Amino acid sequence: MTDRTYQRLDPQQAAERVKASINLRKRKETRFLWLGKTAVAIALGFLVLLFAGILSKGIPGLFQYYVTLDVRLDARQLDPSGQMTVESLAGGDFDGAILTSLYEALGNPEGRKEKREARRLISSGSSQRLMNYVLDNPEQLESMVSIQFAVDDDVDTFLRGLISRETPEADRRISDQLIGYIDALEAEGRISYEISDYLFFGSASRDAEMAGIRGALVGSILTLLVCIVIAFPLGVATAVYLEEMAPKNRLTEIIEININNLAAVPSVVFGIMGLAIFIVAFGMPRSIPLVGGIVLALMTLPTIIISSRAAIRAVPPSIRDAALGVGASKMQTIMHHVLPLAMPGMLTGTIIGMAQALGETAPLLMIGMVAFIVDVPGGVTDPGTVLPVQIFMWADFAERMFVQKTSAAIIVLLAFLISMNAAAILLRKKLERRW
Amino acid sequence: MSFTNLMLTVLVISALYFIAGQRVARALRSNNAGKLHSLPHYHGVWAAVTSALPALFVLLTILIGKDLLFQFWARDYFPEDVMNGDTVDRAIALAKVSNVINGISFGEVEPWVQAAGDAWIRWDANAIVVANSLVLAVSLVGGLLGYRRINLAFRSRNYVERILTWMLIGSSLVAILTTIGIVLSVLFESIRFFKLIPPQDFLFGLEWNPQFEGAERAGSGGGTATYGMVPMFVGTFLISAIALTVAIPIGLFSAIYLAEYATPRIRGIVKPLLEILAGVPTVVYGFFAALTVAPFVKSVGESMGLEVASESALAAGLVMGVMIIPFISSLSDDVINAVPQSLRDAAYGLGSTRSEAVRQVVLPAALPGIVAAVILAVSRAVGETMIVVMAAGLAANLSFNPLDAVTTVTSQIVTILVGDQEFESAKTLSAFALALMLIITTLALNYFALQIVKKYREQYD
Repeated sequence: MTDRTYQRLDPQQAAERVKASINLRKRKETRFLWLGKTAVAIALGFLVLLFAGILSKGIPGLFQYYVTLDVRLDARQLDPSGQMTVESLAGGDFDGAILTSLYEALGNPEGRKEKREARRLISSGSSQRLMNYVLDNPEQLESMVSIQFAVDDDVDTFLRGLISRETPEADRRISDQLIGYIDALEAEGRISYEISDYLFFGSASRDAEMAGIRGALVGSILTLLVCIVIAFPLGVATAVYLEEMAPKNRLTEIIEININNLAAVPSVVFGIMGLAIFIVAFGMPRSIPLVGGIVLALMTLPTIIISSRAAIRAVPPSIRDAALGVGASKMQTIMHHVLPLAMPGMLTGTIIGMAQALGETAPLLMIGMVAFIVDVPGGVTDPGTVLPVQIFMWADFAERMFVQKTSAAIIVLLAFLISMNAAAILLRKKLERRW
Repeated sequence: MSFTNLMLTVLVISALYFIAGQRVARALRSNNAGKLHSLPHYHGVWAAVTSALPALFVLLTILIGKDLLFQFWARDYFPEDVMNGDTVDRAIALAKVSNVINGISFGEVEPWVQAAGDAWIRWDANAIVVANSLVLAVSLVGGLLGYRRINLAFRSRNYVERILTWMLIGSSLVAILTTIGIVLSVLFESIRFFKLIPPQDFLFGLEWNPQFEGAERAGSGGGTATYGMVPMFVGTFLISAIALTVAIPIGLFSAIYLAEYATPRIRGIVKPLLEILAGVPTVVYGFFAALTVAPFVKSVGESMGLEVASESALAAGLVMGVMIIPFISSLSDDVINAVPQSLRDAAYGLGSTRSEAVRQVVLPAALPGIVAAVILAVSRAVGETMIVVMAAGLAANLSFNPLDAVTTVTSQIVTILVGDQEFESAKTLSAFALALMLIITTLALNYFALQIVKKYREQYD
């Protein structure tokens, strides 16, 4: 710069130059502003696209098609030994009862081929459904009842219009005969489109029409419980120690570096640690919410510690000085004054950490929570799975109806996450203090 | 009593000691014999802690120690050939014994397995008796000893606070233990892997074919297992690069707009909306990528006459880019806001427009922070798992073409470790070696980001 000499311009020339450049600069300014606006618009566009994609598939997934059949509950057929217990009902011919009423509704088709096609109409879980109905309403035995049974997933997909009638018969999963039956039932008004009870109360199943998230939801709740029971006290205690008591020495420094490093470790690595330590070295069983919760707790610990430390730091020193001044000990100052005042901030951080844990999949895959488990876990040591892992598993299944079920499960997961984050924001707004 | 009940009993006993300690302290105070050093409830807590802490410690020791001890004892029952075999044989033998204990039977049970199982069940019954009596005795005696020390001058508050302090210190050591746990678990298995596969083959090998291992071991031919990590790292960085080409411009310009142009109202709406993108679980992104984006990319590519794999790197990268937009935008936003207003005012004073002030003054000042944000985003992208597992495929192609299917470090780890694995095979161990590389990469990136911020941070005040 120094070796360049500038010729002095006279003011008139300078003014002209500025004037000449001003339009260009204005254009540049507008362009820059538009770049910013476009970037925001694109980012928000992605958000809209993501949610539109999920909602457009997921909201239909909350519903499914049912067929209403009039079933005659014949006690001798359904409960041959007459004890009305789960064991005695297991000997009953529920399939027969359902099929009889199904054939009746279809005008009693003759021939084996026709009957086989008719059987493909309803879900294979229907006999279980009828058995549960009988167990719940024993007084209705020997009478005619109309019950809604789920239709098979292929039929469901057809009713949604995702399988076209124009496709040649050999290329689609349902036959012309079956389509004829569906049309007949629809004309009778037996087919209805309702909120899927299987989705919310059913357990894992390979049959798309019966698959539900109940087991995964319970598993998620148990895992989160373990996670919060471990992570919250540990996180708060660590934060209190580091902010209020720790001397400035080597150990403290190492702890702080460690916490920052842990926050940066990819989540899948925590899963590997859980696998190597808790399952292989300690011999704990796979797929249990207890191990999942411990792994997630270690993973969310940095988040909770960092936000708790911020909350403690926000409590003004004058509070501590006042407490110490009237004779409280250090520990009393912390327990009686600092902690209660910092609690809202700590809880906010914990809720956000829990939301993160709720959505986490990869570490739980490592510790085997990806197993196919039909039973709903009854405790933290029963094998189970969690909602995000269930979504991952369903996303792999080929049946088309699973796409809708997966999206519906995602909607449930997102609803939980959004309400947790909203709770955190509300808590912060309501309890936040300005000093 | 089972161990859970035993634990509950210990807690009940310690609660009783709390009440007793508090009552005796209150009685001392009301006797007017002098001044009580500590408040009554501290005496109560002291009595409770002296009862519960040693008892729980004993309980935990027994709980962890008994299985190790029994495993050791069970070896007496193992036949010669098992004891002379390698660790796998012994692990199988133990598994057989544990099946007997849990009442699971697969056909014929060998007599020595049955004997070991029966002995184990006997030991277990004895252990419960021992644990019950020992733990209850410790909790009662410990509590009594603590309780007897309570008098007017006894400084129970100081003791209780000291115990509390040690508990706080113990909690903060969990972070260190976790790090040690991560490092050890990954390191040991990696060392075992490197004993089987030379490190240079792993680090510089251009081919990744672990699936041939079974064939190789069985001697049936059909290919050699190779463990070269280069294709995976190339895949990881290809996908990360695509993600960053999406996320850097969008994230950075969004940050500039929000920090410099947007009114507080718009900012208040847009910022939380962008942060929703960060809160969406990665499995949802993965589903979106596999179901919507990948077919879209494929159909667009094919309409232009390009050959696109159905699980292309481009689709996974695009979606991952969307995921890290909020990461870059909110970090950059913070950095840009930290540039003091005086710098902008000086630029305006010299007649610059807003964009000129941003480009020539604010951005250079904020650059170290922005670079650090980008590096952190890279480390996020490298460690991201679910999107690539669901959308990027498993073929270990060494390819720089974004339209090909590639695989990444994390998705290989997941593929290898999901499901049952035998811990002696090089294939399983290779996942740990990959994890070691992953940790080293992400920590190096984070360290790098921290150093940049430290070194180039401008001190304005």
